[in-house]
Amino acid sequence: MQYHLTTPVSPEDLSPLRAGDTVLLSGTVYTARDAAHQRMMELLDQGKPLPFPVEGSALYYVGPTPERPGEVIGSAGPTTSGRMDAYSPRLLDLGQAIMIGKGARNQAVKDAVKRNGAVYLAALGGAGALMAASVKELEVICWEDLGCEAVRKLEVENFPLTVILDSQGGDLYESGPAAYLASLSFPIFARFH
Amino acid sequence: MKTISAAALTDTVAKLCIKANTTLPQDVAAALEASRQAEPWPLAQKTLELLEDNLSLAREKNLPICQDTGMACVFVELGQEVHIEGDFEQAIHEGVRRGYGEGYLRKSIVADPLRRVNTGDNTPAAITLRLVPGEQCRITVAPKGFGSENMSRLGMLKPADGVEGVKKFVVETVKLAGPNPCPPTVLGIGIGGSFDKVAALAKHALLRPLDQPNPDPYYAQLEQELLREVNALGIGPQGFGGKTTCLGLAIETAPTHVAGLPVAVNVSCHVTRRASAVL
Repeated sequence: MQYHLTTPVSPEDLSPLRAGDTVLLSGTVYTARDAAHQRMMELLDQGKPLPFPVEGSALYYVGPTPERPGEVIGSAGPTTSGRMDAYSPRLLDLGQAIMIGKGARNQAVKDAVKRNGAVYLAALGGAGALMAASVKELEVICWEDLGCEAVRKLEVENFPLTVILDSQGGDLYESGPAAYLASLSFPIFARFH
Repeated sequence: MKTISAAALTDTVAKLCIKANTTLPQDVAAALEASRQAEPWPLAQKTLELLEDNLSLAREKNLPICQDTGMACVFVELGQEVHIEGDFEQAIHEGVRRGYGEGYLRKSIVADPLRRVNTGDNTPAAITLRLVPGEQCRITVAPKGFGSENMSRLGMLKPADGVEGVKKFVVETVKLAGPNPCPPTVLGIGIGGSFDKVAALAKHALLRPLDQPNPDPYYAQLEQELLREVNALGIGPQGFGGKTTCLGLAIETAPTHVAGLPVAVNVSCHVTRRASAVL
């Protein structure tokens, strides 16, 4: 199935999504990588607010290349999400609804996705030019000193994503390869995918 | 004796940094296209199609293919009859500085592994120098992203583990990496040498075009067998499932000690970049 979603989203918006579905996401998406996550944790530890409204938000794990003059953004594919595993459950418990990246997540993140009715979506790894094409506006909103790791507010239109972890415990990184391997034993099933 | 100026080195390295990051080598693009044609799984086919769209879009818009424009790995084969006028290493670092600046490439290098302050210009380059006969200087820039680099592994196997042990180690590495290194991957495999040498062999293997098998038929066959086994894992493009987990792999070997069987796997992604020039 393909879904069109616009941020901010509610758990109800996300509940029909299943691992393997595709999503065309529009609206505001915030970028954060390792260093920005670390700083967000420090803010939370100090009881201070996060630099963006977290409720229903989408965070994209990306460090884009610098934009050429006149361009909105450079190349902007996802970075490996597993490095954010230590921080994500806390943000999901605060209301972050969508994580966007690539690669496997740990059990704590999977549990937090289920607990909060969130989702983890994959952008296409290594396809930075393609992902950038959906970004219409960009504004650095804090921690400019972090360079490519600064937090950016992106406005995206039909950002093409694939559901990896859904709120029912589905995981495309397990079910996808398993379904393909099963099709080798029962080639007739392949036609139905 | 031929003289090459530091300025010429700098200029060449700068151009190669930009070229490597915006244009995929022909052999890698061809392997991607061949995989797409041979891929039976619909979602995998579609995913490979999008990866190809990304290549054309990058070319059209003069954008880096991937936002991780990598650590600048620079390989120089320097002819013994060449005299470099000026500081060789500084000339290369300066080339990286200029290429990453002028090319709007991402600066991804921190000056210290623990204190982690970005150098701001993607220097220093990781330079590998080899002296060769003659009076040419061949430079290859191979920017390496760390999504895949982080999935690389090194093992000091026992001689008794033999070829089966090596195969098991490689397949295990790909399985452990799963979706993380942006499959379909390219694998550089080093076998033999010492602890440091085997990693260098694996890295060097990534420089060999995918349509060139190992010249030794024994290792050419091992390359084919390993590729089959890795692609039987079903991980598929982006880890979504499918036949295409690995686009190609190369094995490089070296003599080793009677007591050891070092093996290293340098994992690279579908954006395996390299660009060369001869001065």
